[in-house]
Amino acid sequence: MDQPQLVIIGGGPAGLAAAIAAREAGVQDLLVLERDAELGGILNQCIHNGFGLHTFQQELTGPEYAARFIDRAKALGIPYKLNTMVLDLAADKTVTAMNRTDGLFQLHPQAVVLAMGCRERPRGALNIPGTRPAGIFTAGTAQRLVNIEGYLPGRRVVILGSGDIGLIMARRMTLEGAKVLCVAELMPYSGGLKRNIVQCLDDFGIPLKLSHTVVDIQGTRRVEGVTIARVEDGRPVPGSEEHYACDTLLLSCGLLPENELSRAAGVALGPVTGGPLVNESLETSLPGVFAAGNVLHVHDLVDYVSEEAAAAGAHAAAYLRTGAQDAPALPVRAENGVRYTVPAAVRPACAGDAVTLRFRVGGVYRNKTVAVYAGDACLVRRKRPVLAPGEMETLRLPGEKLRAAARAGAADITVTLEEG
Amino acid sequence: MLDVIIIGAGVSGCACARELARRKASILVLEKEEDVCCGTSKANSAIVHAGYDAPHGSLMARLNVQGSRMMPALAKELDFAYRRCGSLVVCLDEADRPALQALYQNGVANGVEGLRIVERAELQAMEPNVADEAVAALWAPTGAIVCPFGLTFALAENAAANGVRFQFDTAVTGVAAIDGGWRVQTAAGAYEARCVVNAAGVYADTVHNWVRGDDPLTIVPRRGEYFLLDHAAGDHVRHTVFQLPGRLGKGVLVTPTVHGNLLVGPTAQDIGGKDDTATTAAGLDELRAKAGLAVKDIPLRQTITSFAGLRAHEPRHEFFIGEIAPGFVDCAAIESPGLSSAPAIGVMVADIVARSLALPENPAFTPTRKGILDPKTLPPAERAALIRQNPAYGQIVCRCESVTEGEIVDAIRRTPGARSLDGVKRRTRAGMGRCQAGFCSPRVMEILARELGVPLAAVTKAGGDSHIITGVNKDVY
Amino acid sequence: METRELTCIGCPMGCALTVTLDGGAVTAVAGNTCPRGDAYARKEVTHPTRIVTTTVRVRGGTLAAAPCKTRSDVPKGKIFDVVRALKAVEADAPVALGQVLLADAAGTGVDVIATKAVGKAGKN
Repeated sequence: MDQPQLVIIGGGPAGLAAAIAAREAGVQDLLVLERDAELGGILNQCIHNGFGLHTFQQELTGPEYAARFIDRAKALGIPYKLNTMVLDLAADKTVTAMNRTDGLFQLHPQAVVLAMGCRERPRGALNIPGTRPAGIFTAGTAQRLVNIEGYLPGRRVVILGSGDIGLIMARRMTLEGAKVLCVAELMPYSGGLKRNIVQCLDDFGIPLKLSHTVVDIQGTRRVEGVTIARVEDGRPVPGSEEHYACDTLLLSCGLLPENELSRAAGVALGPVTGGPLVNESLETSLPGVFAAGNVLHVHDLVDYVSEEAAAAGAHAAAYLRTGAQDAPALPVRAENGVRYTVPAAVRPACAGDAVTLRFRVGGVYRNKTVAVYAGDACLVRRKRPVLAPGEMETLRLPGEKLRAAARAGAADITVTLEEG
Repeated sequence: MLDVIIIGAGVSGCACARELARRKASILVLEKEEDVCCGTSKANSAIVHAGYDAPHGSLMARLNVQGSRMMPALAKELDFAYRRCGSLVVCLDEADRPALQALYQNGVANGVEGLRIVERAELQAMEPNVADEAVAALWAPTGAIVCPFGLTFALAENAAANGVRFQFDTAVTGVAAIDGGWRVQTAAGAYEARCVVNAAGVYADTVHNWVRGDDPLTIVPRRGEYFLLDHAAGDHVRHTVFQLPGRLGKGVLVTPTVHGNLLVGPTAQDIGGKDDTATTAAGLDELRAKAGLAVKDIPLRQTITSFAGLRAHEPRHEFFIGEIAPGFVDCAAIESPGLSSAPAIGVMVADIVARSLALPENPAFTPTRKGILDPKTLPPAERAALIRQNPAYGQIVCRCESVTEGEIVDAIRRTPGARSLDGVKRRTRAGMGRCQAGFCSPRVMEILARELGVPLAAVTKAGGDSHIITGVNKDVY
Repeated sequence: METRELTCIGCPMGCALTVTLDGGAVTAVAGNTCPRGDAYARKEVTHPTRIVTTTVRVRGGTLAAAPCKTRSDVPKGKIFDVVRALKAVEADAPVALGQVLLADAAGTGVDVIATKAVGKAGKN
């Protein structure tokens, strides 16, 4: 087998954008490894519209958005392998993978882009008490059954969690003939986009019950009902239980970056995101291993995944040209309501014109200013009328200001929320 | 008329079936669920007790020690996952030392090999995450962990390979004495046999009382709830760690599993319903509170599932094994250490039945069985060769546990084979991992539908009405 | 005079909008913090529209169903009519991206088109 210089693990939106950018930056020997039977990743089952407003100034469905990137990758002649599972990534970047036709094989690339995406938090991780019958699905599993196989996994549905997939599935199940009784959300706010609450729930009269959770599941063979209760201070309130007779419980309770390969390779992971800790070049703690998309941190818009992954692909190409850049790094600290940042460290010498900084906040904030400091120097200040955990924030840090602050002795970068 | 009907295809029923297959006999196992290993056998601590716990002189003590001794050879013979990791009973308070000493003495009297009391320094070296309060522990090097599904499937497959028939989805509704044997009534008709073995788990009292209402058994289902943690937490303890019941109450065990997970539990609650395996908020809270008593810093955030199982508890806390009427043999009240004792229980019941029916030896008996081939265990060259020979072994279906299509097809084609998502899961671990079947269940459903020749909509989670799919898009319009 | 309460979908702020109508005509929009809120409110109360996305069955394809959408917005009140009209539609593989699967769906004047190419089964 040919030995590519660059291996991209994952052929979803992140992997495709990274591959295209790397090829456009001159990388000839690259290979995309995709575990599914087609390119495009989870976009293939996201058949709703709303993708691509930033990238294409058009509202596309998931498969249409994916097709743009797949067509481009094919036009560029980017090689890829489908139905191919990466079993191991070693610290020396040896990739062990397997499929039906090539069997078990190893690649020894000089650079790797991690683009494995994320998975859903399952019922067990939520510790919902009750029985364990058929009819409990993560929203994404139900989405696959409905949108790709054309099967209805339930008739009367309760949804726990108001993340975007849960909201989207409330509409999809309703359109296909199921009755969605309610969406319960543990937090006092929804983790989903406003337009999804309006167009997926309000349009169909589906109640959103904030500060509620499922406290019991009934049914031996198939779900027969669930009990929902109001939550105060993280505990269900006795006496607030309501019973819903239903045959299905969908869970949309958070996404977890899928980093088993990264962990095995020794890539340092962040405690908040669950994704690799990367520098301004989206390079992990292992030189030459880059990460982008939902494997790095969970995004709400695929447009930003594509943008981030294109950057990772370009940085991987630069790494292949010039090798590792040894330059001092400033750690980025998330403070005062900022939960995390990507990147987690910045090397001013490698910052170029600007560094894109993405972050999320830990609660709903109104009328705040987002401020970024390098040492004492303020790099950016942006007024934000509202900040919410469900909406990722993006800032551009000017490279020149970063380098000036570093010359002045800045030891770290701080991202914080200020009044006004 | 058959020679033997065994009621129940749990680990006890399957052990009896496999041992009876050493004799020339026609044997039928009737199981109300769709598969073997669907009751108590599927949801327990997955450990082989060394045998120090059961009161000296009891049948439980004798069969436990005997079962524990048989297990290593059986694991080789039948190719199931078993590991002698050793167990520790941790004493958290000097005041509880007499109880620790008593446990040691009981174990020695029971004939458990290698028992020793280890003091704090040695204990901490053996088990770095042991609680800071731990003062000493009873060390049992013969304590072990086992895959309860693997053990039960191995026994069932080997029994089937030696001629035992299994009939699923067949609940027994009554038993009546007839001339020369018994008539066993089911919803699917009656079966007659010269001998009946009652291995009906939590329902064994019902079956017993049909025959011997004058000397009734009462089985109180005792529910135990558990947390199963991801592989990432699998090496948090090296041994099975129990807490010595004492001033701080009765704790829960913390143990590695043969598949590299960490298991924490069980609670113990006597309940009314014989199939009430629901977990409860109170039970899970209790687990959280007790998990940390004997082992510190358990990463409960790594929990991938919680579950509950029922123990077939009889208030006298003893196994009831014996011929209660001519040709009717009880194998009842098999609560913990039932899994550990299963090989010995099988031998004992088979001896009783063989004596009662004067069954001759079966010279054709084959004692060995190969488990489902796990390609991960092969050297790379052999694995590559396997994929060339059968490309299905190159197709990963379950990402979390790296299970290939080849293994899933093997599981379905066996006898008795997997017929549901749970059947596949317990045989291959597909869906057992951290995503809990989110990604692989649609794929496993497709493979089941293809192999069983049924429509996708007919595939179930666990037999009966546990369908995954309820219809097709727009069918209500 | 009549008022309608809406949540603006223009941005994460989610302004609570109050729209005042007189005989079906909007006389005032309150609660918005930007012009986009005003525009959204006026359209949403007078002629709300949506893109409908769903699936149609495919005969002989590599997939059992093809995703599809209305080529442009349809009146919100017609959403279920469009879905119902698609129940009877079964496309023959191969299906091309953008291929019209149902013309003038439910009298909306809007076509339903495939949003993904589906190949013939047994071919790549």
